[in-house]
Amino acid sequence: MFAKALGLSLMRSELRVMFTRRRTWAMLAAVALIPILLAVAVALTSDQLAPGEGPPFLDRVTQNGLFTGFTATLLALPLFLPLTVAVVAGDTIAGEASLGTLRYLLIAPVGRLRLLVVKYLGTVVFALAATFTLMIAGAIIGTILFPVGPVTLLSGDVISLGESIWRMALVAIYTALSMTGILAIGLFISTLTTVPVGAMAATVVLTGVSQILDNLPQVEWMHEWLFTHYWLNFADLLRQPIELGSFGQNALLQLGYIAVFGALAYSRFTTKDILS
Amino acid sequence: MIDENQLAISTKSLVKQFGSQQAVAGIDLSVPLGSVFGFLGPNGSGKTTTIRMLLGLADASSGEIEVLGNPIPAKLQQTLPLVGALVEGPAFYPYMSGRDNLIRIDSADKFSDPKTRKTRVEAALERVGLTNASKKKVHAYSLGMKQRLGLANALLKPRKMLILDEPTNGLDPQGTREVRNLIRSLAKEGITIFVSSHLLSEIEQLCDHLAVMTAGKIVAQGSIEELRSKTQTRLVLKTDRLDDAVTLLKAEGISKLSLKADQIIAPVETDFNVAKLNQKLVKAKFMVTEIRLEQPSLEELFVNLTGEGFEVVR
Repeated sequence: MFAKALGLSLMRSELRVMFTRRRTWAMLAAVALIPILLAVAVALTSDQLAPGEGPPFLDRVTQNGLFTGFTATLLALPLFLPLTVAVVAGDTIAGEASLGTLRYLLIAPVGRLRLLVVKYLGTVVFALAATFTLMIAGAIIGTILFPVGPVTLLSGDVISLGESIWRMALVAIYTALSMTGILAIGLFISTLTTVPVGAMAATVVLTGVSQILDNLPQVEWMHEWLFTHYWLNFADLLRQPIELGSFGQNALLQLGYIAVFGALAYSRFTTKDILS
Repeated sequence: MIDENQLAISTKSLVKQFGSQQAVAGIDLSVPLGSVFGFLGPNGSGKTTTIRMLLGLADASSGEIEVLGNPIPAKLQQTLPLVGALVEGPAFYPYMSGRDNLIRIDSADKFSDPKTRKTRVEAALERVGLTNASKKKVHAYSLGMKQRLGLANALLKPRKMLILDEPTNGLDPQGTREVRNLIRSLAKEGITIFVSSHLLSEIEQLCDHLAVMTAGKIVAQGSIEELRSKTQTRLVLKTDRLDDAVTLLKAEGISKLSLKADQIIAPVETDFNVAKLNQKLVKAKFMVTEIRLEQPSLEELFVNLTGEGFEVVR
């Protein structure tokens, strides 16, 4: 009964639908390609690269392969990761509506709030899958191409191999957490339309707008309210002692977005006529 | 078996407004429990919109709905498990197999028992003859197979009522017959069946009750016999000397005659005595080649009610 109330059966089914789709695997494969391309490019040109040149961490990859995942996350954050996540979030309700399966789920009956919650949790699982894919693919290719050893942190401290694996997981979780706001926005937009591509595109555009605003000093007052604001702060997790301040701030901010857009999605979806 | 006083579906002044247009313009549906009820109307007459409101997919603009005695949408969640439905064609995840699609929809049902899920899915597939194709991905299904899978979905649980929107759409004659037989066997089990169609022949073969909808309004409703009895009986007479025959018929009190090529057609009472008229005609030396009473077909009634035109009404 408890499992029923939580919708565990539905959650399993949702993940099954998501992970039987070839598109999901194609996106995860593309995500895995980022650290691989990065590592190969660095390996081929390592002797030409002066320390501090290129994106942050890039020079470190050659010294320690475990940095590949961190660097790849940094590269994927502005566009690629939000893009894949927006595809999944924009598809939630609009995708079911465009297939026509939404009407059959509703008359099953699934319960509109229950469906919305399960759909959202499904997208969060995808975000976790994507960020862990970045990290794991990065660690594997880094281990193959570069020396691996104790990691020298940004603070100059050295941590053990075991400790650094834990930090990698932490960064993956932080990055997935960073995506929860945009996932909620995508879910809301997805309740507005029956055209999934439209919802996906709108979500990506909003991510871009947020990042642009975050770079305009004229609107500095709003920076800390932008859902992209703390995205790059995962670097704080690579200090010794670990700085959890930005983790907390980020979580709070994302929670705010989840609350606002979750409520909007709920009020829209529970009163909407399903005509598709 | 059919109790006219117990209603499976009842609506009162049900209205659905889209902008300035009334898709459903105040209808009073009465579907008796245990009936096979045909919901007939041309495309775009508001049938599917009505069905959406019955199933809580769309909210009524005004009016009342009761399904199986429960007010909708107030008791929608308790009512839906008792109702299997096919709405506006089947819809499935094309990249999943037929079986997995049914499992998916059954998992979505918050009242369904996961322990019996597999057996129920197999039984539903068996019932619509899809067992052999159940492992195929749905994108490889023909329209007819999708339609069957849609019916299997409606049969995942024991139901009190089935709401089937155009269940034979896209089926070949063979498939149409099979679906019809399936509906008949379900009706025998005592399940109320509410089936919409734009094809009268479909309804005529299946249903014992009927409502005709056109341009958002119900223009006729009742049992088939009831509707048939409302049609006007006609006398058809073929003979020589038609003009003289007209004079004779008029003398018999039969007016409103119409002459068509070689025959006379005239509306008469249902209990009109043809034999007696025939006797009189023969006595007057008419060469009668044909004389009979005719009941207009339901199709004629349907066309009279909904209009002949191919044009979309609105």
